[in-house]
Amino acid sequence: MLEISEWVRFLAGAAFLLIGLIAFLLEVFGVFKFHYVLNRMHAAAVGDTLGLGASLVGLMILNGFQFSTLKMGLVILFLWCASPVSSHLISRMETATNPDLEKECEVTEL
Amino acid sequence: MEGEQDLYLGELEMKPPKNAPETDSKAKEITRDGAKEGRQEVSQEELKNAYQSATEDPEKLRKMIPDTIVNMVESTDRLVPQSRRPLLKAIFDKAYPVLATVMCIAIIALLLVTVSWMPPFGSADNPTSNEVAQRYIEQGLEETGAVNIVSGMILDYRAFDTLGESNVLFIATIAVMILMRLDSKEEKEQLSAEEAAYTHENTLEPEHDAILRSVAFLLVPMLLIFGMYIILCGHLGPGGGFSGGAVIGASLILYANAYGFQKMEKLFTAKTYKAISFCALGFYALAKSYSFFTGANELESIISAGTPGRILSAGLILPLNICVGLVVACTMYSFYVLFRKGGY
Repeated sequence: MLEISEWVRFLAGAAFLLIGLIAFLLEVFGVFKFHYVLNRMHAAAVGDTLGLGASLVGLMILNGFQFSTLKMGLVILFLWCASPVSSHLISRMETATNPDLEKECEVTEL
Repeated sequence: MEGEQDLYLGELEMKPPKNAPETDSKAKEITRDGAKEGRQEVSQEELKNAYQSATEDPEKLRKMIPDTIVNMVESTDRLVPQSRRPLLKAIFDKAYPVLATVMCIAIIALLLVTVSWMPPFGSADNPTSNEVAQRYIEQGLEETGAVNIVSGMILDYRAFDTLGESNVLFIATIAVMILMRLDSKEEKEQLSAEEAAYTHENTLEPEHDAILRSVAFLLVPMLLIFGMYIILCGHLGPGGGFSGGAVIGASLILYANAYGFQKMEKLFTAKTYKAISFCALGFYALAKSYSFFTGANELESIISAGTPGRILSAGLILPLNICVGLVVACTMYSFYVLFRKGGY
């Protein structure tokens, strides 16, 4: 009985880690593939939020209930606060300083 | 009167009305590209006009250069007669690449000779395989009282080295200050007034960003506490002064970005920087001198290693971690301010 729960935990943790790794791979691919800053920023944000979140959830499952598990949860919380804000600032800077914004993407005046 | 509510205390702070410097109204139009070009346009035009009027009138050009520089140039001019100049230039053009190549080859040869003096790889009496590393691992906990063996090494066995590193940070800040800091008070005040007016009007500056502000409001206290935790638990687990100081410095930079330098100046000015750095480095040097003195003369030291694992243990490591953390945090923030604004 205990064996089965151990196996389930391992498989769940491994699955989350795998999801995270795939997200990181997509991030790296996107950052080098795209040419425009907003597209690249989007690709990088995928890794920062989904990739790191999924990897850390996987590690939390594998680690069991400990003090360091709580710390990993706080890391996720911190990154989900900080990473979107940094992306937001980058995009704001881009729209503020690029005079040829219309060439790159659709612009809606507010 | 205008007022602004203090973030954490809830008090209303009174601010004197701003008297923004007058500039060309056309240049101040906040459009998408006007935001970045507005300020440059004026200064470039002025520069162009000044340059043109100076080139037309040689007398005026002469007046713009200080007398000492003109005298210096004239005196060096007389050293070589006019007729020999092309010859000298030809010799210089030929000799320069040759000399550069010779210098490069000499330095490479010197380095290669030095490498050949190094002890052979894998030899038993190399410095890498002496008894020091073994001793750190076996007796580090007992001798320093630090559970984190790295802290025990850098702040006890090799504390002198870490003092040097902290001083390097301090000297780097001083060098940046020498290069970047604005000297005159008027210049500084004018710049900060201009900067304040610019950020006040330009809604694209991060200071006007509600998202950044609210996130910084949440994160800055957390980051400060986390940095202090890293510093204070440096002898019990991974962490220490350098990493904790970096976290604290980053949180100060975040605060300055989100709420502006004027708010930050209430907490941190050049005076604060000087006081903190001086006290931290001075305390470090004195405390470590004491422990070196007692250790070298085999005297009884009043600093005990304590019980390993407690927060108040490991002798001098905790206070020294605090000193290093303060210096690192101040250095990070000072670099940011000096490069961004040229002064506190």
